[in-house]
Amino acid sequence: MEPYNKHESVAALMTRSNVDTDQIIPKQFLKKVERSGFGIHLFHDWRFNEDGSENTDFELNKPAFKNAKILVVGDNFGCGSSREHAPWAIADYGFNTIISTSYADIFYNNCFKNSILPIISTKEQLASLMNEISTNEGVQFIVDLENQELSSPAGNGFKFEVDSFRKENLLKGLDDIGLTFQHLDKIDQYEEKHKQTYPWLWA
Amino acid sequence: MKRTMYEKIWDSHLVVKAPGQAPLLYVDRHLMHEVTSPQAFEGLRLANRKVRNPHSILATIDHCVPTKNRDLPIADPIAKKQIETMADNCQENGLNLYDMKNPNNGVIHIVVPEHGFVHPGMVVVCGDSHTATHGAFGALAFGIGTSEVEHVMASQTLPQQKSKTMLVQIDGELSKYASAKDIALAITGKIGTAGGTGHVIEYAGDAITALSMEGRMTLCNMAIEAGARAGLVAPDQKTFDYLKGREFAPSGENWDKALAYWKSLPTDDGAEYDTIVTLNAADIEPQVTWGTSPEQVTGVTSSIPSPDDFNDTIKSEACANALKYMGLKAHTKITDIPVDLIFIGSCTNGRIEDFRIAAEVAKGTKVADNVIAIAVPGSYHVKKQAEDEGLDKIFIDAGWEWREPGCSMCLAMNGDELTVGQRSASTSNRNFEGRQGKGGRTHLVSPAMAAAAASAGHFVDIRTL
Ligand code: SF4
Repeated sequence: MEPYNKHESVAALMTRSNVDTDQIIPKQFLKKVERSGFGIHLFHDWRFNEDGSENTDFELNKPAFKNAKILVVGDNFGCGSSREHAPWAIADYGFNTIISTSYADIFYNNCFKNSILPIISTKEQLASLMNEISTNEGVQFIVDLENQELSSPAGNGFKFEVDSFRKENLLKGLDDIGLTFQHLDKIDQYEEKHKQTYPWLWA
Repeated sequence: MKRTMYEKIWDSHLVVKAPGQAPLLYVDRHLMHEVTSPQAFEGLRLANRKVRNPHSILATIDHCVPTKNRDLPIADPIAKKQIETMADNCQENGLNLYDMKNPNNGVIHIVVPEHGFVHPGMVVVCGDSHTATHGAFGALAFGIGTSEVEHVMASQTLPQQKSKTMLVQIDGELSKYASAKDIALAITGKIGTAGGTGHVIEYAGDAITALSMEGRMTLCNMAIEAGARAGLVAPDQKTFDYLKGREFAPSGENWDKALAYWKSLPTDDGAEYDTIVTLNAADIEPQVTWGTSPEQVTGVTSSIPSPDDFNDTIKSEACANALKYMGLKAHTKITDIPVDLIFIGSCTNGRIEDFRIAAEVAKGTKVADNVIAIAVPGSYHVKKQAEDEGLDKIFIDAGWEWREPGCSMCLAMNGDELTVGQRSASTSNRNFEGRQGKGGRTHLVSPAMAAAAASAGHFVDIRTL
């Protein structure tokens, strides 16, 4: 996994709430057996017209938002299906940070496995950021994960919370499986006990 | 200390809680389908890792499979590759796969209970959000991402944060033709699609104990639509009777040991929940969704709301967007909404009881002009049982299509889909924009309501038939 570094980047704005993973990556793109190349399909049904041309009404198609690494979006982002294709598409498109008031649980977990930082803001903080972007499209925010701090030119930044374990993994680009394997002896012990306690599961 | 069922399962599966790291939870059962697993197998291979316990895995192929002309080669080359990849991966790792030709094939969450693969008190995962279905057995069952699928294959564990607990207490008696599906939709309407975020829901109350195992599966299946990580129902005699004698259920001496353990699982009297929600079963009408989120739902005797009915600006805006997408006008009576296509199936409502009730309603009727009605059993076993009971004939005589099992129009990956502007009455679980086909318009309902709409050509209050 890529380590997550401090960065200053353009923040793109989508005000809609309850954006579900079916929208983030529509199901027609889930048949691939690879992990890469989903970025071109991100928000496909909104992003492109019937004939394949770009839908100029769609937020992310605004020239000011091209090359954005930060996505500022309405409540309950990533609800619906568990498909990890959603964060794969988001990361592959170029985002590494999302800011919203809330995320669906599975999506939130999936972000951390793909070097994406999902920042949780309050309603007020989100409203100020949204306001700042809409009055100054192309504005750049600084995300400093080490210090858990977001800053914006108009002073709408804030300190955010993130689980310390996940933070360390993001900063170091650590893979969860490697960490878990440090506890292999514990897993072996647990499994021995499990066989005694629940013999019918091993019959 | 008094503990909830969730806390009991959590405690008994905690492998290690190292300082500064997420608690590691042991996983008893791992379910798989073709869409969310290939990248996980690839990851294992690249890291030179092995599947730790192949016996903990049961796999099926359901999302991409055609529901007709199953004997012909699969036309879509990408779907074909995904299906072949699944077969190769399972073979290479010695996993039990119910492939397309297998008589046990079907939708993962239908097939797994049929074979008694999930028992009370287990931790069960699958790269699929509707894994919550298996909470009906009192198992902690939840959906995971593909990286986590890889993690579980490699280590039989998963780093997890402990969830909060929510009790959804539903007392009273459901009216005739109100079903588990209506309870699930009513809960989502009440608490919203983010209402259960961060929680595991436990459903309790007379209305829940009165549900059959299949009804409980329907209910827990949609815990995710209310934002919850998982849903749980305490195991009871119905649960034990359902499991007894099934292929992967314990037998002999092990049955008695298992039973004693299962009986220790229900929440202790006086244990506390973080959140409590109550509903009265008698108040739950047959439900119909009118928007593009499962929380945009109402009773069949109501009308479609107007954006002005919501004080919350986000909800108001969402209502306006949904009406636009759905091609509906505020204040239209639900029973005046016409339908073009009826779909009965999916892991929410693709079980034998669902087809029984739908057939009861469809019997002796005719599908309305310009309406297409398709019935897609959740598995070959469901299909066979329905045929043994003559249900297929009832559907076919009424003008329905009787298909082969699969996810089909629930997410429309296999070619079964709505066309732009087409409107469905669907027994599946999600009415998101484009879920059943780009530009398609989905109304979620129970099987009885779907069957009634098929002959009427619009929604009807099933209780008045
Ligand atoms: S039937 Fe629908 S919800 Fe269930 S597993 Fe298939 S696609 Fe997912």
